[in-house]
Amino acid sequence: MISSANLYALTGSGLFSLGLYGLIMYAHLLRKILAINVMGSGIFLLLVALAYRSPGQPDVVPHAMVITGIVVAVSATALALGLMLKLATHSSSTQLPDED
Amino acid sequence: MFFIAFGLLMALAWVRLQAPDVALAEAAIGAGLTGALLLAALSRLNSIEHTTAAPAYPQKSARALQLQSWLAMALLLILNAGLAYSILSLPDTGAGLTPLVTMQLEHSGVKNPVTAVLLNYRGYDTLLEVFVLLLALLSVWSMGTSQQQPEASPGPVLDNLMRLLAPVLILVAAYLLWVGADAPGGAFQAGSVLAAAGVLLLLSGWRLPTRLLDRPLRIVLIAGPAVFIATALATLLSSGRLLQFAPDWAGVLILLIETFATLSIGVTLAALFAGGRPHHPPDRS
Repeated sequence: MISSANLYALTGSGLFSLGLYGLIMYAHLLRKILAINVMGSGIFLLLVALAYRSPGQPDVVPHAMVITGIVVAVSATALALGLMLKLATHSSSTQLPDED
Repeated sequence: MFFIAFGLLMALAWVRLQAPDVALAEAAIGAGLTGALLLAALSRLNSIEHTTAAPAYPQKSARALQLQSWLAMALLLILNAGLAYSILSLPDTGAGLTPLVTMQLEHSGVKNPVTAVLLNYRGYDTLLEVFVLLLALLSVWSMGTSQQQPEASPGPVLDNLMRLLAPVLILVAAYLLWVGADAPGGAFQAGSVLAAAGVLLLLSGWRLPTRLLDRPLRIVLIAGPAVFIATALATLLSSGRLLQFAPDWAGVLILLIETFATLSIGVTLAALFAGGRPHHPPDRS
């Protein structure tokens, strides 16, 4: 029988793969940024699920790391969105050009 | 957008995994702020796309796209199988660092283990993180000024709602900050609630008076990192180790750092939402 911590951890790895698929397949930069956020959530879920395995009280060190991660992720997202808007104003495109 | 619902579901997952601190941060930031950021970017993107014609990129044929999609899916399935195998092969229980954290908790100055880890045991992580936030804001500001948005007057309902909500949100932020020493809460959660208040105010058309935009805003932005650095230097001089708090002083110092960090985090996140450096007052530019 699969334990609930493992179920959450597997969901986390599934989210990571789903996000990576979105990152590879979609050309639109907004979708790429969204996909990176989904990947990040997957990693956070994995970390907290693994912390849940410790007997009694869950391990708090990964919790603190995830809180740090959430705040850094939102600032990185804001920066990425700013860069995307700049690109859209200057080249009027929301895709990166293909490398030839 | 589905992403906001996704964030709320994640917050529920954190509660189920007995991580209430993470749940608070996720509900405020992951669900609220990131969603608001994405929606704001989307609406600005639409206004840009309406004014300019997009250049035509050579489109790949449908067949090539399908092939690429199958290939990516196959590779990711292999990757995911590997990840799943390594997760399932981990031992079912592992104490991790819990014994160490609880053993030292009485010397840390706070009773909430997550706050103890964030600000005492691994204080330098948090110190650097506050600077990451500042750096992100500086990069966004260096890309140009925000679009001049006139002070819009919201409808009477929205206006009155905001007048009621903003003080409540500030009160909630202060409560989360104070309670963070003993129960789930702390600087990041309080800061993100403060940022949510700022974003709501920005969305409903409130603007800071221009005389506050220049120096006072910048002072609040660097107050958190500056106080953190000053405390770190003081502990370096007094005890010889960076951020090594004496047990008697730890509680006070942590509360001091957290208070200023909350202010800075809240204002930085709200400024990130506004996007771009604020316009200089007309008499200076």
